[in-house]
Amino acid sequence: MTSAATEVARRVPSAPLLLVVGTALLVSLPVATVWGTTTLELAVVVDVWRARLGGAPLASSADTIVWNIRAPRVVLAALVGAALAVAGTVVQTLVRNPLADPYLLGVSAGASVGATAVLTLGVLSVLGTWALTAGAMTGAVLAALVVFGITLAQGGLTPLRLVLTGTVLASAFSALASYLVFRSEEPQVAQGVLFWLLGSLARAAWDQLLLPALALAVAVVVLVAVRGWLDGLLAGADVARSLGVPVRQLRVLLFVLQALLVGVTVAVAGGIGFVGLVVPHLARMLVGPLHGRVLPVAALLGALFLVWVDVAARVLAPPQEIPLGVVTGIVGAPVFLLLLGRRRYRFGGEA
Amino acid sequence: MSAPHLAARGVACGRGRRPVLTGVDLAVRRGSRLALVGPNGAGKSTLLRVLAGLDAPHAGVVELDGRALRAVPARERARRLAVVSQHELPPADLQVRELVALGRLPHRSPWRSDDADGHADAALERLGLGHLAGRAVDHLSGGELRRVLVARALAQEAEVLLLDEPTNHLDLRHQHELLAAVRELGVTVVAAIHDLDLAGRYFDDVAVVDAGSVSAPAPAADVLTPALLADVFGVAAVRLQHPVTGRWHLVVDPEENAR
Repeated sequence: MTSAATEVARRVPSAPLLLVVGTALLVSLPVATVWGTTTLELAVVVDVWRARLGGAPLASSADTIVWNIRAPRVVLAALVGAALAVAGTVVQTLVRNPLADPYLLGVSAGASVGATAVLTLGVLSVLGTWALTAGAMTGAVLAALVVFGITLAQGGLTPLRLVLTGTVLASAFSALASYLVFRSEEPQVAQGVLFWLLGSLARAAWDQLLLPALALAVAVVVLVAVRGWLDGLLAGADVARSLGVPVRQLRVLLFVLQALLVGVTVAVAGGIGFVGLVVPHLARMLVGPLHGRVLPVAALLGALFLVWVDVAARVLAPPQEIPLGVVTGIVGAPVFLLLLGRRRYRFGGEA
Repeated sequence: MSAPHLAARGVACGRGRRPVLTGVDLAVRRGSRLALVGPNGAGKSTLLRVLAGLDAPHAGVVELDGRALRAVPARERARRLAVVSQHELPPADLQVRELVALGRLPHRSPWRSDDADGHADAALERLGLGHLAGRAVDHLSGGELRRVLVARALAQEAEVLLLDEPTNHLDLRHQHELLAAVRELGVTVVAAIHDLDLAGRYFDDVAVVDAGSVSAPAPAADVLTPALLADVFGVAAVRLQHPVTGRWHLVVDPEENAR
């Protein structure tokens, strides 16, 4: 017999949690601009943000560093972190598998083929600084279409089919990207590709924020609108169907949304692992699996997490920057093991 | 005569392409309860899935209130017809109340995920499960989970209940309590039942699913005979009268010489 106290599912109330994490995020955004190649005084950074948000920017070098270089980067980190956490939640619900992450369904591998083609073959060079983003987006869209088409042709978007097709095609796309790097003759190119593949926010600029912000907003609004259906899908496809959920259409919607989120984040920031895998699990542990609570909590946690991961990437090995994927991997793997090692924690019915 | 509440006309069905049942004709009156009995693998679950609209029949048509079930929109179907299947593994970290509240999905907009009207708690109370409301699903015993899933079907407030072995894993008292509670609802019920005594006690009619077809539904006393048990289940049985209640019971003895 277990005692009554352990039988009740422990939950953190989501409203106070959202308030705490949201406040932490809002404080973290300006604070995170303190660190970089040169560390600034917190007071100086606060002055810059106060002046900027007050509409009267300072004419100092600190303003240029904080507002033009670091601020867009910090905001982009938050957007990408939130988008990856939401995408991870979507994929985990779609395939009902605890090991699912946003990169499972091949979209990011496709994006890496596009980005590698830009870096090694110089395709799309007419687009200038946008070439890498455009190349990755094109690769992501094509990969999503191929995975979607093949899965559909082989019997529909069932979890098993999606995982199989996604995994197989992701390997194929990665192989293609590797081949492009291999046949390139300049060694720096390989380093550039590697850096991009592991994720970096170094190219962040204010005009790059619109796309990820829009994608995130659209995805969150749509997902919250169908959150009841997502909860139904959590209980299994047959149960959802018998509860009147249009399972087939819902799966198509989820596939499109994860492709959108992953395509956009990979295009602007490369491939950052572990965020989309670990953060949804963490959110689910805190507030339970219902999507009305798990989606906003995961989004804010993901944003907060990546803002500080990016700080770590900037300061851990100066003057170099460490790729974000390296930091999330080193932090993420032990966290994930700790989470899943807990006896109580089980995802879905199986696992 | 009005149309039967739930009907199967010339239905053939199976798992995948392999046919299991053919020529199934059933007509279930509004408010009546039909038990499907038969050996393992005879096709009871397969038939229930087709009656629930989860699988399309290979041939024939399932009708809900005289209307082809395939033509009923999914949400409307879910408001009128609830299913409790045999193999369901809900997310382990879901709370019992949240699992039961999923039964309200067809009644509310998909952007509302709360159960403000208390239907979930009411359904749990109805089956005497109120004390489990805050518990995590993976802390339920097999029998408790079965009853919680029936509570979800009650929260769905459908006028047709399709139950696949609802008394599986339940202890004796809860088997009777569950079926009595379902009878109290006064809704139309089709259930796969293994216990013939329960089938006779709580259901108006019994249909035998065996050897690729379904017999015409008839009262339990007419259907559940020693001859049928020998034929369908391959066991010998005798009818004995209960010395106190006067009810007739089938007592099964697999040994041939008990006849």
